Order: sequence, then structure tokens, then C-alpha cells
Amino acid sequence: MGEPNAVANAPSREILEKIFRTAYKIRVFETEGIKLYRQGLIRGYFHPYLGQEGIATGVCAALKDGDYIASTHRGHGHCIAWGADIKKMVAELLQKETGYCKGYGGSMHIADIKTGNLGANGIVGAGIPLGVGAALANQIRGSDAVTVTFTSDGASNNGTFMESLNLAAIWDLKFILVVENNQYAVSTKIEESTRETDLYKRGLAIGVESHQVDGNDPLAVYRMTQAAAETCRKGKGPVLIEAVTYRHMGHHVNDPGKYMPEEKLAHYKSRDPVDRARADLKDMTGITDSEISAMETEIAAEFAAAVEFSVASPEVSAESFAAFAANY
Amino acid sequence: MRELMYRDALREALDEEMARDPTVFIIGEGIAERGGSYKVTEGLLAKYGPGRVRDTPIAEAGMIGVGVGAAIAGARPVVEILYVDFAMLGMDMIVNQAAKFRLMTGGEGRVPFIMRTQGGTGGGVAAQHSQSLEALFYHIPGLRVVMPSTPADAKGLLKHALRQDDPVMFLEHKHLYMTKGMVPDGEHIVEFGKGDIKRAGSDVTVIAWSNMVPRTLVVAEDLAAEGISVEVIDPRTLVPLDRAMILNSVAKTRRCVIVQEANRRGGVASDISSIIMEEGFWHLDAPVEIVAGLDIPIPFNLALEQASVPQKPGIKAAIRRALHLEPAALAAE
Repeated sequence: MGEPNAVANAPSREILEKIFRTAYKIRVFETEGIKLYRQGLIRGYFHPYLGQEGIATGVCAALKDGDYIASTHRGHGHCIAWGADIKKMVAELLQKETGYCKGYGGSMHIADIKTGNLGANGIVGAGIPLGVGAALANQIRGSDAVTVTFTSDGASNNGTFMESLNLAAIWDLKFILVVENNQYAVSTKIEESTRETDLYKRGLAIGVESHQVDGNDPLAVYRMTQAAAETCRKGKGPVLIEAVTYRHMGHHVNDPGKYMPEEKLAHYKSRDPVDRARADLKDMTGITDSEISAMETEIAAEFAAAVEFSVASPEVSAESFAAFAANY
Repeated sequence: MRELMYRDALREALDEEMARDPTVFIIGEGIAERGGSYKVTEGLLAKYGPGRVRDTPIAEAGMIGVGVGAAIAGARPVVEILYVDFAMLGMDMIVNQAAKFRLMTGGEGRVPFIMRTQGGTGGGVAAQHSQSLEALFYHIPGLRVVMPSTPADAKGLLKHALRQDDPVMFLEHKHLYMTKGMVPDGEHIVEFGKGDIKRAGSDVTVIAWSNMVPRTLVVAEDLAAEGISVEVIDPRTLVPLDRAMILNSVAKTRRCVIVQEANRRGGVASDISSIIMEEGFWHLDAPVEIVAGLDIPIPFNLALEQASVPQKPGIKAAIRRALHLEPAALAAE
């Protein structure tokens, strides 16, 4: 494999701070969100991104306004890293009119087309052709926007994976496929799903520049995405990035994840991506602990305000439902 | 008015809309240099270039999904699928993505995605290349289902499809591509949800779409010689369905026959019949008759292929039954 063209200089404090804030915000959102779920305020499915924060954080920090992302059922982290409004996200989880989808979508369907967020997706593998389609639309419009689809080891065994990546390749699309290899397809471990567990090799097989990166190292993910985006904007895309990571818990909040060996879980928790982002920020900028702690307090307060806003928000309107039902 | 073939009318629609809107593009198998199996896209590559007229590998799930993604991102893709049978490979993208996106986003997201494809029997292409699958799409909330029977409708409906914002299953018929008909000059658009009375009549209403329209019109002409006045209604779009036209006609003639090439079970004809029973029952002087394909895959053998889908004698007999000129069919089993 080998590194992509290295971005030599160390990232700015602005970038390092953004990466830490984003990773921490996702951590708070998921941790506090699970509490709301346990209290019965959130219904349906909730697939936490805990442990994988480094990937969405690093990828999105390397993208620009006007770019596009497509996400997965485990999509909260991608939305947050993309800059979503936490209030509208929590409101959606609380099925309120003020949510991103007015309460019609829920956790697995948060999207925001205006900002280029093509949405989370309840079907594993479906975000790949959708992302390639957005990249195709942008090529036809003559835009230099890059589209990233976040996908997974689970999706890598679905036909859409190769079909769509191949289309992106034959058309030289500005498309980055980020394969979050968390080593489980729901509960089936990757070794049982495929003989070749280095998933980036699938891209190589069809002539796509492909790399593997430590998904728990947000800065490494950031740098690799920056290089990939540059490759794409030069018209030399697509690029596949396999980011290896591990969940901190089961598939969703009601899955105890007993199939995850304790030792392995402990290993990955000792390489926590949020801790890594915090350490990078400290080491590379000399920022103080109290400054960091002020950021954390601010983020926690933002989440608390979002919950307050959402609880106080109106229920979905019968009028909007009637309009859907009459003309869908 | 000019006389055009169905396939040329479709090409005219694509050409005019591609000239008008730079976000319209076409992808499919063999549609660029080759011009498509039915020559619908012939010449468009030369005119609009390889960016907007692209061949794809044989990867239906991928190309349908890419079309849906492009539509979500604001372009207007036309994905040509060689046979409607092959669209089954892309059903997740149609059913779980395209059809649901608008609702899942609370109305914010739109999917102006068009799948052009063709179905139906004819030519001995056997069970995996002969189906009439409109009922599958008809059942899924959020899809528009369009089935033109004439060149004029083909052109007008395709132009409208390219100017509205919902996913469209544009289902052509392999037997219609070479048929001719008059097409209005200039801008010609047919809005969805507006049926067309293909032949006015007063004794019985026959509802038919796609290739069953010309077949029914021949029967109607035969029956006119016997003094029976048949009104032939072509809904043109099954979703949205022109209920008013159907119910008004049934109120006038008091008798109704529905003809579909697709197999009977769970079909669109059954649903239209239920609408008439609920909303037009008191107008009826006879039970609604359905003439439909048999509930089997289409066999290769010519005689068996023909026996599997409605033919003129069967349509004629159903009309005569509705007029009490023949005894009602006994329930088979």
C-alpha cells in the first residue's frame, strides 16, 4: 500500500482544536444519547459511534464546504463531524417537528441535502452508489466537489460495494470510499465474512488507489483524507481508505456485544480516538488542561441545551402528515 | 402533427430536455455509441457528448443506485435498464432509497430519478425477458408509474417526467417501439395523472394500458361492426391514477372491463376494480371483468406465450360478458 503523498507540515492549532472538539462532541452525543434512550426518551434503533469517532472527525476535517458525504446506519458521528446542528439532531431522535427530518426519519435517516449530507441509511451498503451518484452529478455540473461515502467492513461483502466503486473508477469520479473496518458485521467477525481481511485490497483489484489507516488516530485519518481529496480534485480519483477501528460496545444500544473479546476491547479502549485527539492537541499546541476542560464543558452544555430545546419542541403536525398521505 | 415511431418520439423527448436542462443525463448498457437496443438514444452521444450519455457495465444495482444518488444531489438522471426483468437487481435502490427519501427527510429531499425500461411479451424472449412488472412498482408508495401506449404519450410523458421531482418508473413495451402515431409539433407535454380516452363509446368502458391499448382498440373496432360502442380508456400513468376519468366513464356506460398484460394475482387491474367497487358500485349493471395474464412465468413456445397473456378473443368475450351477451364465466375452481 504505502502512504499517499504526505502533507508534510504539522496541522494548525485551528485544525487540531477542530478535530478534538468534534471527536469529543460525538463522544458526548452518543454517551448522553444512550442515557436518553435508557430513560425512554428515544425509541427505535440507536447505533452508537463510540470508539470510531476518529474516522468521521479526521475525514470531515479534511473536506470543504460544497463537498458531499453519505453515511450509514451508524451515522450520528458523520453528521456531527459534518457540522450538523446538535439541536436538530437531538430533536430528530426525540421525533419532534424541529428535527432534521421533522420526526419522519429518526436516527438512521438524518440527512441535510442543503449542506451536502446525503443522509444516513438503514440499508448496509446503500450509501455507496448514492455517494457515487452525487459524485457523478458533480462531475456533470463541472463542480470540483468531492463526495465521501462512509461505509463498513459489513458492506464490503455487498454487491453495491464493487459495482459502485467500479463505476466511480471507470468515470474518474471525485469520490472517496471510507471503509470503517470495525471488524464486525453486526455480530459476525470479519474473519468469518471474508478470507482477505485487508479490505483496501479490494480497491487495488479494480485499479483504485487504496490505503489503510489507523482509524483510532484522527490526525492520520485527516492527513490521508486530505491527500485523497487532493488526488480526487486533480481528477485522479476515486480513492479508497480503509480505516481500522473497533466499537466500544455492541451493534446497537440493546446489543450487549458479548461476542467482543474483553482483551481486544481493552486494547482498543486503551487507544481511544478521543483521548488521542486530546493528546495531539495538547502535545502539538501546548494548550493547557484548563483550556481543554473549558471546551469540554462548553460541548456538554451545548448538548444539554439541545435536549432542553428538543423536549420543549412541538410534536409533529397532523397537517404535514396529511399532506404526505394525500400526495405521496 | 407529424407521424413518428414510438422510439423516435422518446428520443425527441430526451433530446429536447437535454438541450433545455444541462443536468439531464443518460446512463445504461449499450446506450451511447450503440444507441440502445431499441435505438431510443441513437445520436444523443454525438450531440451531447460522453459526459451526459454514458455506457455502464452490466451492474444494475450500481447504475440504478448511482442514478438515485445523482438525483438526490440535484441532477436529472435517466437510467435505461434493458429489460424490466433486470430492474429486479436494483430493487433496494428503487424501493428502499428512491421511493422513501422524500418522506425520510421530512419532505426536504427529492429524487427526480427516471428509470426507463421495457417489458411485456413478444419475440420469444422467454420467462426472464418478458414480464410485465408494473404492479411491483405500483405497490410502493412514492414511485410514479408511467406506461405510454402511443408515440405522442411516450414523448409527452417523458418530458413531464424530466420536469417533476419524484422517482419515475417509465415502463415502455418492447412491441411498441416500432409502432407509429401522430405527435403534435412543438412543445408537447403530458402531465401525470391524466388519462386519455383513446376511443369514445357509450356501451362499455374498457380500461387498458401499454400494449393492451392497441389490442383493445382493434377489438373495439370489431365490436363497432356488431353495433357495440366501446369506450377505451388509457390511464397512461398508473400512479398517479386518473380515478375521475375512470369513474366518470363507468357512470356513463355502467359496465367495465379491465385489460392488463401482467398476470392477474395482485395486479393493478384488481386494484382498479376495487376502486370501482368502492366508489362506482351503484352505477354498475354488471360485475367488473378483468382480462389478465395467467399466473405463470412466460413460456418460450409461441403458442404458449400467446396463451399466457390476453389476446383479442379473450378481450372480446369479456366485453360481451359485461354486456350480458355471453354467459358469465364460471369460477375456474
